[in-house]
Amino acid sequence: MPTIFIDNVSHEVRDGINLLEACLTLGFNLPYFCWHPAMGSVGACRQCAVKQFRDETDTHGRLVMACMTPAAKGTRISIEDPDAHEFRTSIGECLMVHHPHDCPVCDEGGECHLQDMTVMDGHTYRRYRGSKRTFRNQNLGPFVNQEMNRCIQCYRCVRFYRDYAGGRDFDVQFLRDRVFFGRHDDGMLESPFSGNLVEVCPTGVFTDKTLKRHFTRKWDERTAPSVCVHCAVGCNTIPGERYGLLRRIRARFNGAVNGYFLCDRGRYGYEFVNDGRRLRLPRLGRGSGQAEAAPAEAVERIASIMAGARAIGIGSPRASLEANFALRALVGPDRFFSGMAANDQPLVTSILQILRDGPVRSASLHDAEQADAVLVLGEDVTNTAPMLALALRQSIRRQPMDIAATLRIPEWDDTAVREAVQDAKGPLFIASVAATPLDDVATATVHGAPDDLARLGFAVAHAIDSSAAAPAAPDEGDRAARIARSLCNARRPLVVSGTGCGNAAVIRAAANVAWALHRSGRPAALAFVVPECNSLGAGLTGGGRLDAAFDAIERADADTVVILENDLFRRGSSTAVSRMLDRAAHVIAIDHGTTETTARADVVLPAGTFAESDGTLVNNEGRAQRFFQVFAPTGEVRESWRWIRDLMIAAGRKEADTWRTLDDITAALALALPALAAVRDVAPPATFRIAGLKIAREPHRYSGRTAVDADVTVHEPKPPEDPDSALSFTMEGDQRQPPSALTLRFWAPGWNSVQAVNHYQTEVGGPLRGGDPGRRLIEPASRSAAAYFDEAPARFNRSTTEWLCVPLHHIFGSEELSVVAPGIAQRMPRRYVALNPDDLARAGFGDGDEVLVRIGDESHRLVAHAVPSVPAGIAGLPAGLPSLRWLPIPAKGAIHKVTAP
Amino acid sequence: MLSVLKSLWVVFRHMFHRPVTIQYPEQKAYLPPRWRGRIILSRDPDGGERCVGCYLCAAVCPVECIALQATEDEHGRRFPDFFRINFSRCIYCGFCEDACPTYAIQLTPDYEMSEYQRPNLVYEKEDLLIDGEGKYPGYNYYRVAGVAIGGKDKGEAEREAPPADVRMVMP
Amino acid sequence: MTEPLRSIAVILLVLFGLLTVAALLVWLERRLLGRWQERYGPNRLGPFGLFQTVADTIKLLTKEDWVPPFADKPVFVIAPAVIMVTVLMAFAIVPFAPGLQVVDLNIGVLFFLGMSSLGVYSVVLAGWSSDNKYALIGSLRAAAQMLAYEVFMGLSLMGVVILAGSFSLVRIVDAQRGLWFCVPQILGLIVFANAGLAETRRLPFDLPEAESEIVAGYHSEYSGMKFGMFFIGEYLGVTLISAMVVTLFFGGWRGPWLPPVVWFALKTFVLVCGFILLRATLPRPRFDQLMAYGWTVMLPLALVNLVVTGAIVLARG
Repeated sequence: MPTIFIDNVSHEVRDGINLLEACLTLGFNLPYFCWHPAMGSVGACRQCAVKQFRDETDTHGRLVMACMTPAAKGTRISIEDPDAHEFRTSIGECLMVHHPHDCPVCDEGGECHLQDMTVMDGHTYRRYRGSKRTFRNQNLGPFVNQEMNRCIQCYRCVRFYRDYAGGRDFDVQFLRDRVFFGRHDDGMLESPFSGNLVEVCPTGVFTDKTLKRHFTRKWDERTAPSVCVHCAVGCNTIPGERYGLLRRIRARFNGAVNGYFLCDRGRYGYEFVNDGRRLRLPRLGRGSGQAEAAPAEAVERIASIMAGARAIGIGSPRASLEANFALRALVGPDRFFSGMAANDQPLVTSILQILRDGPVRSASLHDAEQADAVLVLGEDVTNTAPMLALALRQSIRRQPMDIAATLRIPEWDDTAVREAVQDAKGPLFIASVAATPLDDVATATVHGAPDDLARLGFAVAHAIDSSAAAPAAPDEGDRAARIARSLCNARRPLVVSGTGCGNAAVIRAAANVAWALHRSGRPAALAFVVPECNSLGAGLTGGGRLDAAFDAIERADADTVVILENDLFRRGSSTAVSRMLDRAAHVIAIDHGTTETTARADVVLPAGTFAESDGTLVNNEGRAQRFFQVFAPTGEVRESWRWIRDLMIAAGRKEADTWRTLDDITAALALALPALAAVRDVAPPATFRIAGLKIAREPHRYSGRTAVDADVTVHEPKPPEDPDSALSFTMEGDQRQPPSALTLRFWAPGWNSVQAVNHYQTEVGGPLRGGDPGRRLIEPASRSAAAYFDEAPARFNRSTTEWLCVPLHHIFGSEELSVVAPGIAQRMPRRYVALNPDDLARAGFGDGDEVLVRIGDESHRLVAHAVPSVPAGIAGLPAGLPSLRWLPIPAKGAIHKVTAP
Repeated sequence: MLSVLKSLWVVFRHMFHRPVTIQYPEQKAYLPPRWRGRIILSRDPDGGERCVGCYLCAAVCPVECIALQATEDEHGRRFPDFFRINFSRCIYCGFCEDACPTYAIQLTPDYEMSEYQRPNLVYEKEDLLIDGEGKYPGYNYYRVAGVAIGGKDKGEAEREAPPADVRMVMP
Repeated sequence: MTEPLRSIAVILLVLFGLLTVAALLVWLERRLLGRWQERYGPNRLGPFGLFQTVADTIKLLTKEDWVPPFADKPVFVIAPAVIMVTVLMAFAIVPFAPGLQVVDLNIGVLFFLGMSSLGVYSVVLAGWSSDNKYALIGSLRAAAQMLAYEVFMGLSLMGVVILAGSFSLVRIVDAQRGLWFCVPQILGLIVFANAGLAETRRLPFDLPEAESEIVAGYHSEYSGMKFGMFFIGEYLGVTLISAMVVTLFFGGWRGPWLPPVVWFALKTFVLVCGFILLRATLPRPRFDQLMAYGWTVMLPLALVNLVVTGAIVLARG
């Protein structure tokens, strides 16, 4: 811990950081632009100048850039020195010369780092009277709006987009004061992380285009800590609401999960909450006869249905633990079905078993970033767990950091590190069915059938530890040995796999590799990608398989089915689901949007989305995270578990009487399911208070309280109360920093932008104060007896008449909820089938021809695409598109040319 | 004790002074143009709405009686979709006028706005918007702001260079 | 006219006269305060705004008769009645003119003191039953204030009683045939006037209802005609104290040329105006200042007055 002197006061700082990080960690207000905690220093903007002195006798000193100067032992600097202050002011003025006069119409206004910094550096009066340079803007697609006039050339955008997120279609162009940040031509930003430009840009060059359509200022947003529901990673988010409309999603820093960033699906998928097809009132009656009804009437109807009925319950991997548990309690554990697709459930169960019984720990996103050798087996992470892909992009920088370290270049000195490292990349091996967007940084890629990928995995495991089973007739010897060598040489190797290609052998192979590494003494980690935001939670809750539920109805073991936040048509073939829904005497559905399942239910209860309810989700790491209600919805929308509680009370079930708040049901859940016992400690209880106050969801500058409803009533109705959390719906409450799990905005005096997050961390870039939120539910068995899996699959044999149809995932399109958002829908792929060009030619199809794909009973008309990376004999079909919903894949299928009718 | 008597005498003498009261409905006081009375929304010299929906008036309002929603026309010009002032809450402090970066919101010397029903004191944009420039003639925000709107392209505002030709390599 | 009928006539006359006077006083006070502050005061309703009080009364009468749900209801209702009753009872012994008096009690002064002491119950009960912290603070202040000032109020009158040799107010007025007691009893007058101000809880001694600190003190929770009764009670109190000062120190109805009733009314009117002038001029002291003023200035003064008067009367045999 070196001691440094700031304005003649001594401070202890951590070794190896720079002066800017030290000053910010210590709470000094030192302005900066080009530095970003996740991206290091480049010393470009000259804004963070401080005066450095040789020793205590030195009175002259010299100006240095704090971000480029190590906080070495005995460093003496002055922030308040007049020269340093004047220099910073002049830099502020210089950067602002061409900045336009348009804060009032700028979406960044009020949360603008540039505004904060001009105030902080003291540039208060603009002397420049010359003409300002202007730019024409580009249309960058449905997510990001560009207003180049506002640019101050800090280069953060391009450093994020290219260096950090690996985008190719965005760069800095041209010269002098015409430096332009954008694409070569107008068009969609290709990177799935483009939305982060909004938060990375210190001013309003890049703003949220979806927010622009219903613009509201940061200070007018009611916010709550939330968790993204659009994939299994469980990134922490801050949704903002105003006038009953969800306005946008921002990243909520969590050092162990998403850090500073979000993917575009998570950032822009929120618009399903505002969708016009949302359910607002209970509905009674089937099909077109459905009519809205009062809640009491609906509950009564259900109670009368349930009395004497033999009901089963179908849960959901996209509903919270609490909702699933309530349903399980309503119908009884042995009549509860988890609601995962029949082909997903065994995979999730197997992943859970591997993580629980095996010796290797699941990796958080932070662990993935820190990994220095990675094997991705059978997963297209960019499309199934985008933020994991962003983490892997950082992991390839780990090993080359040794080059910088030998040259004694500190890690934060970004330009120097990149100069030293050049193109060196750490080992990242990707074995996937077809090309993935991460392939560009991979050391080596393998494309093959899922079984072949599994064989590669088995071979790698065998190469690491010969006691692990080898595939019969090894065919991947050289490649496997190379991968094994890289993984064995690493300090923190990571194996990534998942349910993406729908193959259990791939998952087992990944486990074998990690276990082999572990047995040979390396601290290996395993990251599995699962399909949905609470897939692991649903797996831990337990419950039967979906086909067993269908069988129960078919055999008339049950006559009533309660479906929780689940569109069964995405889980099984429409004939099977339709048959089940028709055969069931009564169908009760609880969901937030209209789906085909709700349309065919007798009673539909309107549930709250993530923004209108509280609950706990378990992400792919096994980390339970609480999301909190952002606003009180219109209509009779309630948490699913509250509806089920009401049903249980109506049915005279005593235990539900005590379920008054979320804490009650969480406690009941922890008691009933020991594997989930830690869920109670995920966030402070509803009784938590700071100085006797709840925590205010509205910031202290929230406006319009006495005018918002004045057109309806001037009597200012009582604001809703929140029994479920320690948050209040209004600005009445504590405005200081709450515990990390309840952090609902980042703000500090003088720091209105998202950069205020520095004040919420134990040190800049470190974990949040009080620890990063969330509780890991799954830890490896301390003395694991788990034996290697030894059933390596047989080699994939292509047939001449059939293709093996496998799912190809799409960040925009494969997820059920986000595709409702117009921007995401715009970027969704069309219905296609991807085939190897040779296969295509052999079968006599042309690229772009319409073909009929027949898999089992299902047949679909799709457009054939030639995709060179797809192995011969494999047909890639887009997973989860709204028009395809469920496909019985992976499975063999036949493809025929469509003849003109 | 003497001072008490003296005060009593001073107060008593006021009996014979002329009252300063203005008999309001019959007589009316002179109000300077900068009197803070009924709030209006003004238009710029081209007749466009000056309000750009920046929310600063709402943020600064101490009684939180201003609510609005910003929206945009197809050419990028911002304006309020709705703009509501609850005058039954307004304290006429004038902070909104101070905060307004476009001179859109102005207080006028009209104070005669009593109503028998409180809802009648809730003014919507149609009630607030006048057909003039109010106290600040000649100002047009979009003439000095950098954004492009219908009828004013990039580089056409005051003291703006024409849009940079980013393909140009010559200095 | 028979004696009982006459008494009833006098009682009714006094009662209605007093209520009218109290109502007019509201108007008078507002007008005078207005003039002293260079305003007009109420001048819109009727000639010179005279009907303002009528309008106010109608307003008070038509207001919702609200009893807070947390209040002690019977006590809450009785409290305002107590003040009206005690003040009106005290008027029974005031000789407005020879023969124009409800009853000439030989313990008139004591009766007056007793009634004015009872009046504080109204305030204390109102504050207590309101179950409101401001009301309670107000009533506690009233109780403390009353306790302090009641002591020397009685003492200050003893000089007059010694000089007149009687507690009967008629005898006291008769005793002032030569010289009004305001001359020999100037100290008594000052002490009594101060105590009277405090008794009526008028400015500057209105700490029980000091609106700048405790909302409206003991009557914070009152509205409608219950509040109106406190209001009328206060103005009746002012009239009562003025009438008592006139009777005890300024020769009662005595005066040349004009009929006795007119003299009495004139003198009382001037004193009432004096009360209002005090209100228009003086600020409100702190409560500790009020108590210190009572115990350390007024009480010794009253004692000195009593001792000196007694000594002189004894010395003159």
